Amino acid sequence: MPDAPVIRLRTEGLTARFGDKIAVQDATLAFRSNTLTAIIGPSGCGKSTFLRCLNRLHELARGASVSGRVLLDDRDIYAPGVNPVMIRARIGMVFQHPNPFPTMSIYHNVVAGLRVHRRISRADRDAAVERALRAAALWDDVKDRLHGNPLALSGGQQQRLCIARTIAPEPEVILLDEPTSALDPGATQSIEELVQELKKEFTVVMVTHNMQQAARVSDRTAFFYLGQLVEEAETRTLFTAPREQRTESYITGRFG
Amino acid sequence: MTRNARRRLVSRVMTAATVVAALLALLPLFMIFADLVAKGASSINWHFFVQDPPPPSETGGGVRNAIVGTLIIVGLGSGIGLPIGILAGVYLAEYGAYTRLGDVIRFLADVMNGAPSIIIGIFAWTWLVRPMNGFSALAGAVALAILMIPMVTRTTEEMVRLVPNSLREAALALGYPRWRTALSVVVRTAWPGIVTGGLVGVARIAGETAPLLFTALGSLNFSTSLTGPMETLSLQIYSYAISPFEAWHRLAWGAALVLMALVLIFGMLARLVTRTRFRDA
Repeated sequence: MPDAPVIRLRTEGLTARFGDKIAVQDATLAFRSNTLTAIIGPSGCGKSTFLRCLNRLHELARGASVSGRVLLDDRDIYAPGVNPVMIRARIGMVFQHPNPFPTMSIYHNVVAGLRVHRRISRADRDAAVERALRAAALWDDVKDRLHGNPLALSGGQQQRLCIARTIAPEPEVILLDEPTSALDPGATQSIEELVQELKKEFTVVMVTHNMQQAARVSDRTAFFYLGQLVEEAETRTLFTAPREQRTESYITGRFG
Repeated sequence: MTRNARRRLVSRVMTAATVVAALLALLPLFMIFADLVAKGASSINWHFFVQDPPPPSETGGGVRNAIVGTLIIVGLGSGIGLPIGILAGVYLAEYGAYTRLGDVIRFLADVMNGAPSIIIGIFAWTWLVRPMNGFSALAGAVALAILMIPMVTRTTEEMVRLVPNSLREAALALGYPRWRTALSVVVRTAWPGIVTGGLVGVARIAGETAPLLFTALGSLNFSTSLTGPMETLSLQIYSYAISPFEAWHRLAWGAALVLMALVLIFGMLARLVTRTRFRDA
């Protein structure tokens, strides 16, 4: 037997609502460290809502509520007294559409998360910016215009800038919410390669509506349908020998 | 006529109509400005800016007292009104979107926006001039601030609402507290629009006369005392224009031109200062 996988983030009976409407129902799922877990499912299945529960972003929507538990290092992030702001500093997130801050330079976008919760010297900041941009495979593209306009970058570069911004504060977990759905195929490929690198350092959870993408890049895959977690398994197993009929129907294209 | 040709014709007619409408809308502006320059430019010289008004029977003199008074009263009024208006607008957009308090404030601001400015003058007279036993520049500034707050509040709210939600989420996901997201990301992104809205407010109160009639009153003398009556350009235009003296009429035209120019210069300066490096992608 190989070593038991390290689990730093998991959910227990997680239910998310918008008002009376249940978006995610009773989802229990563990995410292995240094592993890329893909979450797939048809539109409206609750996969993005589930992801947004993991960094307490869901509750900010109007009428939204969460029950159940999300454990980060065995501590419930929804326990009373836990400050969601500090949780979000430990769990980074990359969104569907690249969203660099338009009023900040490329450099200041990358340091935005570094400066919120601690003081950091100029030299450390410069080093962190270079490290994050290199890790996001953007350093060579922007090293001569660090103080330039982030919106002058291409869509794929902007998304890599957002990834650099997310990893600069060295979070423990990175959530990706359909990070390539607004990008062209070339940019998509480069982001997919980058995401493969990220899992060497982080626990990575990626929502995608693209099954081929999940099959290409993820180690494990979770399938959501109508707000329920249908099954979670090693990616190859899930795509070749799913346990559940609903999973098989979805991956063979019978719905969704 | 084919259907296509008819479509093109309709398109051309409608385009022409919009151009004509735009020109018609701008026409009064040009006419006012041309009129002001034609009648006011001749009275403007160095003395006009550094001397106070002459006695009615004499010619010459200037409007120094009114220029300084305008700067003081509009400056003080904006100093009170802009921070309150901008913060209230940020509150409405960021925190008061779906709250009862937000709805009440929004409704009151809309009502206040429609209130005739002379009513606000009477209000300031009742609550400031009478208790303080005298007309004062301070009361004038407060009246102007009350006038500008609802305008600035609503335009700020609109500008803040235009900031895409994805930027708020990006900041929150990085671990920004809510207030910091509002200030260093949302307000910063909306800032040029907020400034433009604030400028419209400043320009609006710079030209107000009615609320000042009951508060700052006007004065023939140079004064910088906030507790006494003070002249402004708008008050001077009003009182000199209805006076029987030819020399004062000319001063009024000159004062009108200066007031227009002040608003214009101030607007351009503020635009220049707030032009951020990364606005245009």
